[in-house]
Amino acid sequence: MKKRVVLYMNQFFAGRGGEEAAHMMPISVPGIVGPGAAFAEAFGEEAEIVGAVVCGDNRYAEDMEDSRKRCLDLLRSMAPDCLVAGPAFNAGRYGVACGDLCKAVARDLGIVAVTGWYPENPGRELYGSDVYAVPTADSARGMKEAVPLMARLALRLLSGVKMGPAREESYLHRGMRKNFFHELDGASRAVEMGLKKFRGEPFRTELEMPVFRKIQPAPPVMDLGRATIALCSSGGIVPKGNPDRIRVSSAMSWGRYDISGIDDLTPENYESIHGGYDRTWALEDPDRVLPLDEMRKLEREGAFGKLYDFVSLTTGTATSVANAERFGREIGEIFKRDGVDAAILTST
Amino acid sequence: MVREIERVAGIPVVQIATIVPIMLTVGANRIVPGIAIPHPLGKPDDPEGEHAVRRNLLRRALKAIVTPIAGQTVFTE
Repeated sequence: MKKRVVLYMNQFFAGRGGEEAAHMMPISVPGIVGPGAAFAEAFGEEAEIVGAVVCGDNRYAEDMEDSRKRCLDLLRSMAPDCLVAGPAFNAGRYGVACGDLCKAVARDLGIVAVTGWYPENPGRELYGSDVYAVPTADSARGMKEAVPLMARLALRLLSGVKMGPAREESYLHRGMRKNFFHELDGASRAVEMGLKKFRGEPFRTELEMPVFRKIQPAPPVMDLGRATIALCSSGGIVPKGNPDRIRVSSAMSWGRYDISGIDDLTPENYESIHGGYDRTWALEDPDRVLPLDEMRKLEREGAFGKLYDFVSLTTGTATSVANAERFGREIGEIFKRDGVDAAILTST
Repeated sequence: MVREIERVAGIPVVQIATIVPIMLTVGANRIVPGIAIPHPLGKPDDPEGEHAVRRNLLRRALKAIVTPIAGQTVFTE
């Protein structure tokens, strides 16, 4: 049986107008719209384009929750086997909408969803680890190349075969690693790679280093005497018994603990669960990693206004960059809400 | 984590840890080098002086909090 494919596109690709139409509410359009003809050709006999969901770029970006819900409802009524969103090229709002909808569709409708992004599209940064997407050019001039790639990826996923590595399947890697047995051991591969590098030959790393962003430093605190300062740590210090079961390495979560009644960390009230360093000294005195005792003294002496009532804690060993960034965002939101003026974060 | 707290909350965040190159790599803007990896704010071999050392590092962090900087800065005193 032919698979049913529904496309998602913005007002522009649906021929509904440019920026003046960017607030249009999600609608469904039966049959071939926008790049639908090209997709129909690329999918060939294996799938049928049954219609499209169209939503204005501003509309999706400005009320993502409602737009997502409306799009999902429209999609449900069209009973697709697969959603093909975009391609969004390097269009920011569109790229985010495509990523957001693909993620929601895969999760809530349990169907295949693919999109296409220019590798630097902001949508990739937000949804790149959740969503299958092909790399595209930075503008719609790359439509001709993107469509067959997206159709091919969608058909691969629809067929239910096990997906291979991104570089072989031609999608943007999602930052996932799969374990497998290599015929050569690590030492042999490392020497081989080293020799290639030495000879100036091309080689491929087995461990891509994450790329970290830098930001402009925040302005300093003007009046330390009235500042609320928070303590945070990725050193694996937690209340005794680790009540939130934070992992000893590769942490998936962080914890927020009330220290308003505590002046000193001791082996009786706090401990280290960190799996990446010798915990002897931190177990003896957790203040060696999370310096609550001296912070409290400095607070009493008026060196700064107030120690924030909660510590924000996790384990930083083998924790993915994506998770660490998420913890940071979540903690940052709370600090913003609570009017925290500065923070000291200790790491091991 | 440091960078995202700073970015989202818009407040200075000082990182105290021992391996300065890692703090520079992950994008910490205000950096105070600690004592040792398993006890960045401890000096277990010097029970007498340990508290003063910890306090001194925190004082340095407070100084970093009130110091305007143009880019990543390591506060060594």
